[in-house]
Formats: sequence, C-alpha cells, structure tokens
Amino acid sequence: MEKRVVFRSSWLPYALVAPQLAITLVFFFWPASQALYQSLLIQDAFASKTQFVWFDNFVDLFENAHYLASFKVTAVFSVLVTFIGLALALLLAVFADRILRGAKFYKTLLTLPYAVAAAVAAVLWVFLLNPTLGVITHFLGRLGYHWDYVLDAGQALTLIVIAAVWKQISYNFLFFLAGLQSIPKSLLEAAAIDGAGPARRFWTIAFPLLSPTTFFLLVVNVVYAFFDTFAIVDAATSGGPVQATAILVFKVYQDGVQALDLNGSAAQSVVLMAIVIGLTVIQFRFVERKVQY
Amino acid sequence: MVERRPVGTLISHLVLIAGVAIVALPLYVCFVASTLSFDQVTTVPMQMVPGTHFVQNYLGVLTHGSAMASKAPVGRMLWNSLVMALSIAIGKIAISMLSAFAIVYFRFPLRRTFFWMIFITLMLPVEVRILPTYKVVAELGMVDTYAGLTLPLIASATATFLFRQFFLTVPDELAEAARIDGAGPMRFFVDVLLPLSRTSMAALFVIMFIYGWNQYLWPLLVTTSEDMYTVVIGIKRMVAGGDTLVEWQLVMATAMLALLPPAAVILAMQRWFVKGLVDTEK
Repeated sequence: MEKRVVFRSSWLPYALVAPQLAITLVFFFWPASQALYQSLLIQDAFASKTQFVWFDNFVDLFENAHYLASFKVTAVFSVLVTFIGLALALLLAVFADRILRGAKFYKTLLTLPYAVAAAVAAVLWVFLLNPTLGVITHFLGRLGYHWDYVLDAGQALTLIVIAAVWKQISYNFLFFLAGLQSIPKSLLEAAAIDGAGPARRFWTIAFPLLSPTTFFLLVVNVVYAFFDTFAIVDAATSGGPVQATAILVFKVYQDGVQALDLNGSAAQSVVLMAIVIGLTVIQFRFVERKVQY
Repeated sequence: MVERRPVGTLISHLVLIAGVAIVALPLYVCFVASTLSFDQVTTVPMQMVPGTHFVQNYLGVLTHGSAMASKAPVGRMLWNSLVMALSIAIGKIAISMLSAFAIVYFRFPLRRTFFWMIFITLMLPVEVRILPTYKVVAELGMVDTYAGLTLPLIASATATFLFRQFFLTVPDELAEAARIDGAGPMRFFVDVLLPLSRTSMAALFVIMFIYGWNQYLWPLLVTTSEDMYTVVIGIKRMVAGGDTLVEWQLVMATAMLALLPPAAVILAMQRWFVKGLVDTEK
C-alpha cells in the first residue's frame, strides 16, 4: 500500500530517518556482524592471537555434550511453558467469556502478572518454593513430598516453568478472550438451537475459529520461552543444579560473560539468531495465510 | 451468553476464582512478607496476615537498601528505572514516528532499503547479540550511563511498523488540504498527524514503559556501579547473597516497589494497554 499524496524534499526524509537508522546501525548491524565474524575465529582470552577457523566453532558446539544437553533442556522447557501456558489461559478465557457479572474484576487481576518483571516473578516464586522458608514447600512437606529445587534437577525445571507460565498467562488470556469475543454469536446460537451443549459448541465452533489466535500465540510463546526467560533462569536457578536449567540464552551469557569464551558464545548467538529468524518466518507465512477451517 | 445455565455460571465463577487465586497468591504472599519482621519471615510456616513492619521495611529499603546484602538505596534504583522506562518509551515513540513519517509521506532513493533495514531488527532481540552489543557500548564509553542503558533498546521495528500502518490509514485528503493551504511537511506532521496519533502513542507508551521498566539482561551487563542499578537488578543483587543472608522481608518490599509502577500504568491506562498489546503484535 502506498500513499497517493506525498511531500517533496531532497533532504528532509533523510533527516527524519537518520536517528532511527543511526541507532540501528550502531547498536544492531555492527554488533550482529561482529557476532557473525567472531563466530568464525578462535581467539585466546587476551586477544593476542587470532585465527580464522571457518566453521570449527560450530562443529565444536554441536559436538559439545553440554551444548546439546542445553538444547534438550530448552526444548522440554519451551514445550512445557507453551502448552501449560496456553491451556490454562484458554480455560480461564473460555469461562471469563461466559460470565457477565464480575468479568472486569477477573480480567484486571489476571492482567497483573504482565506488569511484573520476569526477574521479580522468579524471585516471588523462589520465595514461595524456597527449600527452607517457602510457604508452598511447607505444605508439600506436610503432604509428605520433599521439595528442594536447589538439589533436584526436575524440581528446578518445574520452578522455572511455573514462574514462566505465571508471567505469560496474562498475555495469553487477553488474546484468547479477545479471540473468543470476536466469534459471531449467531453461530453459537444456531448450534445451541440445534441442541449442541456448551462443550460441543466449544470444540466444534469456538476452538476451530480460534485457530489463528492459537497459532499466533503458539509462536509468540515459543519465542518467549526461548528468549525472554533469561531473567527467570538467572534469578531463580542460575542454570543449576549442574546445568539442569541452563537454557540456550542462558548459556550464551554464561559462556560469554562469565567464562569469557568469546568465540563459542558468538557461535551460540548465531545459532540463536537462525532460530529466531526461522520462527519469525514461520509466524509471518502462517499468520498471513490465516490458519482457519 | 447463549442460554441461561445457572450451574454453568456457578462453575465459571469457581474456575475463575481458582485461577485468580493462583495468579494472585505470589503477589499476596509478597505483600504480607514485606510487612513482617525478619524473625516473622523466617518462621516456618510464615503467617498469612500482614504484620506491623510496613513503614519500617519500606522506608528502610528506600533509603538504605538491605543491610546484609546490597546496601544501595532502592529510592535511587527506582529513579534509575523510571529514567530508563521513560527514555525508552518516549525515545522509541519519537524516533519511530519520524522515520515512519518519512517512509510513508516521501518518495526518495533508498526508501525501501531503509525500511528493510529497520524491519529486520524485529528479528533479533538483545538476548542473542549481548556480547558484541556490550563491546560497542563499552568502546563508546557508555557503560554506567543512562545513554548506554537506553539507546541500544530504543531501536525497534515494532513501533515504526505500527506508525507506518496507522499513517497509511490517514485519509489522503488531509495531506492534500494541508498542501493546498500552504503547509509544509513538518507543519502537517505537527498539526495533523500528531493529534491523530494520540491513541496509538498512548497504547505504545504503556507497552514500552513496561518493557523498559522490566528490562533485566541489558542493565545487568551495562551497570556496574550501584548508583546505576535499576530496581529489577537491585532485587537480584539482594537475593544473590546466599540463603542465610537474604532478608526476605526487605526483598519483598523492594519487589512490591518494583512491580507497583508498571501495575499502576496498566490499571490507569487499561483501555490503551489492550490496544497496545494487540497493535504491537501485528
């Protein structure tokens, strides 16, 4: 789509895009190209010797058992966060869509986690599930369940999944609710007249019509689980115990900033960039085409 | 609602109450803990009704931080967070409105190239290019400055895209009328486009304020002096001391202070918040 009426000036448009372009070049293109370049080099920690090694860093990466383990953790983590998050949000949205009284009250409260920073969300859940002080830990203990996420890998993963789902539930809920409210009431009424109960109406009408929203949220949630959960991992478990919760973004930080393996970390950044670009392309292709029945 | 089903309505309310209770539980426990003394917080199980140390805890963290871990005053951190959130929100809106205006209302060589250069930034969040970006900021001498904290996060395609979409829906007759009346492009921008964009600006402001306030990884890297910590980083530093040293009542008071401003922005601007969420994801 283009404008029919335009203004004429030989210099003004350049001046107008200049601030954004300057920031994009300095803080985006320059570092991104550096990451690409660094990923093809081997450097010692003092940068005195540099050697161009083509794709050796990537080969090393995919032969590194820790990195492959991190891939697996990330996959399990993002599948759990995405599915639990979407299922809970859809459940709440379906019931919030049914009621008239108090809808605003529920909606407001369910929106609150969006305001909470991921790192703060992590600290809140760490407090609730703290091995010695945690309120929930205490009740689990009474039920005979021993909870100590600091030592148990599965429980550490559970902790970051809970915090990540909690933080994202507002977003998913608001989109599902908007999607449900845009379904034409006449369709649901027609089905009701034909004798379909609420469950039947949901699975045969509402759920298929929601598919564009669901698909959109699926991609957004996978991206969220991959990239925006760094703060949760760092604040809650720091990747522990023994790398059990070191997801890919956390490893880029751990290897690059803490262990100072610049080239390995750059190679990891490049792998992540490829993943984001892939996900974005999927999102655009399918969202444009509108998944629907 | 399609038909009256009192039982269905009751079940709906029960499910929603359960959902709200789970969502609100951490926030409630956080508030309660922030009003207790150190001994009360470390008693297992912790009490579930607010205590009497509200004023003491909040005043304490605002002015002295946590005595056992990070002693940086939270008041200063809140100020840093506010500067960061406002600079990012206002900066993003300003630079992306200008570039969207240029791309929509002018024809000039390299226009498409510029558009794609901006668009591609959509794909790479800070998280994937942290180290090189940090190096650039360090070389520019911007570590521990507000500029270093905010500038790298201001470039974003989302806002440019949003304003581009919006400008495209503005009727051509307005620009034509402005031109006939002898108004130049900047006059048209200030007197016509700016007032028309108020809703989009408000919607974007809510989302970007929360985005800026809640940043974690970037401030973690770029702030080394306690004077420059944002409140989110401050909380992390308070709990980093190990289990026995953590003064949870102060951590929780700081957490309440950290989450109140973005929550207030959402509640005060709820109408624009939902619009902003939907718009920024198009």
